[in-house]
Amino acid sequence: MEFSYYPGCSLEGMNKAYDKSARLVSKTLGIGLTELNDWNCCGASAYMSIQELRAHLLSARNLAIAEREKKDLVVVCPACLTTLTKSNHYMGEDLKLRRTIASALKAANLQYLGTVKVRHLLEVLVNEIGEQEIKTKVTRPLTSLKVAPYYGCQFTRPFGEFDDKEFPVMLDTLLKWLGAEPVNFPLKAKCCGGMLMTTNEPVGLGLVRSLLDCATQNGAECIATICPLCHITLEAYQGNVNKKFATSFEMPTLYFTQLMGLAFGFSRKELGINEELISSKAVLARRVEAV
Amino acid sequence: MIGGIYRRDIYPPFSHLRAVIALSEERSERRAHALGNVFLHAVYSIPGGEKIKECIQCGTCSASCPTSYAMDYTPREIIAAFRAGLLERVLRSNTVWLCASCYYCTVRCPSGIKLTDIMYELKRLGVEFGLVQEGAVAPVLSKTFVDMVDKYGRVPEIPLMMTVLLKTNPLRILKMIPHGLKLFLRGRMPFLPHRISGISELQKCSGAMTDALVSGVHAGPVTGEET
Repeated sequence: MEFSYYPGCSLEGMNKAYDKSARLVSKTLGIGLTELNDWNCCGASAYMSIQELRAHLLSARNLAIAEREKKDLVVVCPACLTTLTKSNHYMGEDLKLRRTIASALKAANLQYLGTVKVRHLLEVLVNEIGEQEIKTKVTRPLTSLKVAPYYGCQFTRPFGEFDDKEFPVMLDTLLKWLGAEPVNFPLKAKCCGGMLMTTNEPVGLGLVRSLLDCATQNGAECIATICPLCHITLEAYQGNVNKKFATSFEMPTLYFTQLMGLAFGFSRKELGINEELISSKAVLARRVEAV
Repeated sequence: MIGGIYRRDIYPPFSHLRAVIALSEERSERRAHALGNVFLHAVYSIPGGEKIKECIQCGTCSASCPTSYAMDYTPREIIAAFRAGLLERVLRSNTVWLCASCYYCTVRCPSGIKLTDIMYELKRLGVEFGLVQEGAVAPVLSKTFVDMVDKYGRVPEIPLMMTVLLKTNPLRILKMIPHGLKLFLRGRMPFLPHRISGISELQKCSGAMTDALVSGVHAGPVTGEET
């Protein structure tokens, strides 16, 4: 199974471990990920907030390159997923927009006919690879590891093409296949406040606190993330939350691909698990054999 | 020269209204009217945007919003304020930049109004006409983000954060040092931006789009397109 792979800017920066573990897990399951040649920013929300048409143009260039490679595009960042999918939809629905973007692309001899589907890696793993194949790769089950499955906002919103918009279950399912125990996590698709951390920290910290509260109260030992922005927000701002609200959270966060890699028998180092800000060592030592 | 190119520019030009909003400080009624018109026109240009007419003021959006408690005007009140001709007050408040783009309002609205897209439009209107809350950091972050993407093709996270803090609150950099150090020690702090090799190609596309829209040439059918 071959895809073009779009890491996105966050995975080049603070979230390299997500990139590393995503590639490793995909390879193990026979998914060929070829990095999209010379990809650019998706036109993310911060860009869209200032320049609308150019944001669509940014998405369109990525989609045009993927179309030339004749492969669907796999992303790991839900914000990139939503931005690219939104451009895909709006260019499909709005003839004038499509023409405007098409004539701009033409200036660089590019064209986009609208044939590329943008998919999140989690959805590909669950829908294309499935229970049987994933279970056969599990050599070190994460038995009774209590995980809060955290999806964040933009995995299924606004489009909800492959899971519930408000209460997705795909990550819960995958965690069970790995032997882990996804806890009840009512805030699983609530906002982490990541976008607000630089611009309005008090509001952002309140959102992080409610997530950590919810995970703790439901017995989670760690949080599994599928979004680089949620991930860095949850791990980097726990100290600030503890200070502001006089709490004592110390909740490790792990990318879902890191948990998969652990279950498949890879070492912590291969998965970048030694790079997190809040150590998961104690939790994993308690639950996972010979880490 | 206008500051940006927007989807509403693909549709009939609104340059006279731009002029009214930009200049007539003293004629507030005319200005409010013009601003409302540009806004409505922009919202109508979003696929499904005309649904804004069907707002029943139920407040589902405000109740679903994780940040509405901190907003000067809640999402429901934005539409009420617009109807009352008070959009400028909304733009000058803390409201729109508190939207974290979580899309709860959009998926829950019983009238199918794409409120998140409307929030984006309000952000753009505010920046275009200089109607933003004084001292707000978020517009600075977005503008810096755009500049960096236009220059490199991708966004380097660390230089972005540093630049925004330098522009807005340099003292906060000191507070970030412990975070930064931890990330650095774990190899998660790349300082150097990566420039994509197709950056000039991208700039060419962007330039072509601006030229076409400024000269009022609406794009016709393009090769490969089914009609």
